[in-house]
Amino acid sequence: MISFKMPSLGADMEDGTLVEWRKQPGDLLKRGDIIADVDTQKGLIEIEFFGEGILEKHLVAEGEKIPVGTVMALIRGESDEITEEIPQENIPDQEKMVEPAKVEEGKIKVPVASPQKAGGERVRISPLAKKIAEAHQLDISKISGTGPDGAIVKADIDKCLREGQEKKAKAKTDPIVTEPRYEPESKLAIPESEAIRKAVAAAMSRSNQDIPHYYLEKRIDFSKAMLWLKEANKERSVQQRLLPVALMIKAVAKALDDVPDLNAVWEDGLERKNEINIGFVVSLRTGGIMLPAILNADTLSVDGIMERLNDLIPRARAFKLRSSELSKSTFTITSIGEGGADKVYGVIYPPQVGIVGFGEIRDEAIVAEGMIGIKPVVDVTLAADHRATDGLIGSKFLASLNKYLQNPENL
Amino acid sequence: MNEESIKNTIFQLLKRIAPEHDPSTLMPDENIREALNIDSFDALQFIVAISEKLNVDIPEEDYGKTATLKSLMAYLQQKMKS
Repeated sequence: MISFKMPSLGADMEDGTLVEWRKQPGDLLKRGDIIADVDTQKGLIEIEFFGEGILEKHLVAEGEKIPVGTVMALIRGESDEITEEIPQENIPDQEKMVEPAKVEEGKIKVPVASPQKAGGERVRISPLAKKIAEAHQLDISKISGTGPDGAIVKADIDKCLREGQEKKAKAKTDPIVTEPRYEPESKLAIPESEAIRKAVAAAMSRSNQDIPHYYLEKRIDFSKAMLWLKEANKERSVQQRLLPVALMIKAVAKALDDVPDLNAVWEDGLERKNEINIGFVVSLRTGGIMLPAILNADTLSVDGIMERLNDLIPRARAFKLRSSELSKSTFTITSIGEGGADKVYGVIYPPQVGIVGFGEIRDEAIVAEGMIGIKPVVDVTLAADHRATDGLIGSKFLASLNKYLQNPENL
Repeated sequence: MNEESIKNTIFQLLKRIAPEHDPSTLMPDENIREALNIDSFDALQFIVAISEKLNVDIPEEDYGKTATLKSLMAYLQQKMKS
């Protein structure tokens, strides 16, 4: 059985209030499904589930305020289908920056449903397989099972769907009764600026107390990047135009790929992360900040990153983010933009180990090839956790970032 | 479209981006972004919205002409005539 827990959406989150269950017992859950709406200091967040299974039972009632790590629901997963072991209640009270749902090792014996085959023969099928079959209107009497005692398991259903056999096996009657789709209501709890302020205060105090920061900075010639952006934007409609920050994010993602020790978290030791998810500081007009993540930024094109920003920034400002967008960032970028400070020295968002800051892009006299010229430059700073890395690593990162920004056409 | 309705459109769109400000208090030569505290992202959203609403194409090299209410009005009027 999978214990679905209240996820931590950042170092500053202690609890949340379940506002609404979006999935009911018996519902089939797919990867990325939104299972509940939870009110947090960061707004009403859509909590996603990253597994597959059937929702067995709600353990928390709507309206309840619960600490991070509390088991909210039980979900029957594939591993529960036909097993012998007894479930073990082994639930840690705190779950840190990890996926919202974590599959437990404990397994449970689940009865195998046995509908009758047409000729009176019984069909052995696991509950999950049965649910998926029902969702796709498959006639299970026509599917041969490969599980214990010939029981149909999820793999058999998947195979059937893959091979397009659903047409052959599709039941002639029983149209699918689709459940009404949830329409988000306008009862969204917009957190008061005071709550946001408190959340920022908690995270930043913890960072300052726990993390020995070291700082590096590098002035980066931004002329090639600006030229590239100018040309790129000429070809794009106004809706598709790129901002310099899209290029910066892509360059940071590539530099992190070169220097993976900075794409990590510190939890009594350095733990590198496989995905490069860039948290991006969005300031709110009413004060405070939000940190939505651009997931897998290294695999996106510059246009792809701009598209994500166009989606994320307005949602962050409207307090309508999803759990994965708040909990999965592995590194943070803060960018001052036009008309602001020349440099910004960031405060690391724990348990991450680094934050890069881009100041305003501005013209400065710089020396290149023995000549003084006036060029657009950007002062880039890195604040990094000295427990996790040393200056040499940080320096390598800034050098790598510079290299990518000098070759924007390759980003 | 007359001057007044262009102005109203601009105010409407600015109000959407910066709801806590009253754009009608903007001085003609005041920098709109600075006065209303609009960042690079919202500035781009404003350009997108205005070009969609008034059906004008605003190339990136003209962004400088949209900085103040006076220059933006002049720019849009000239664009809509041509």
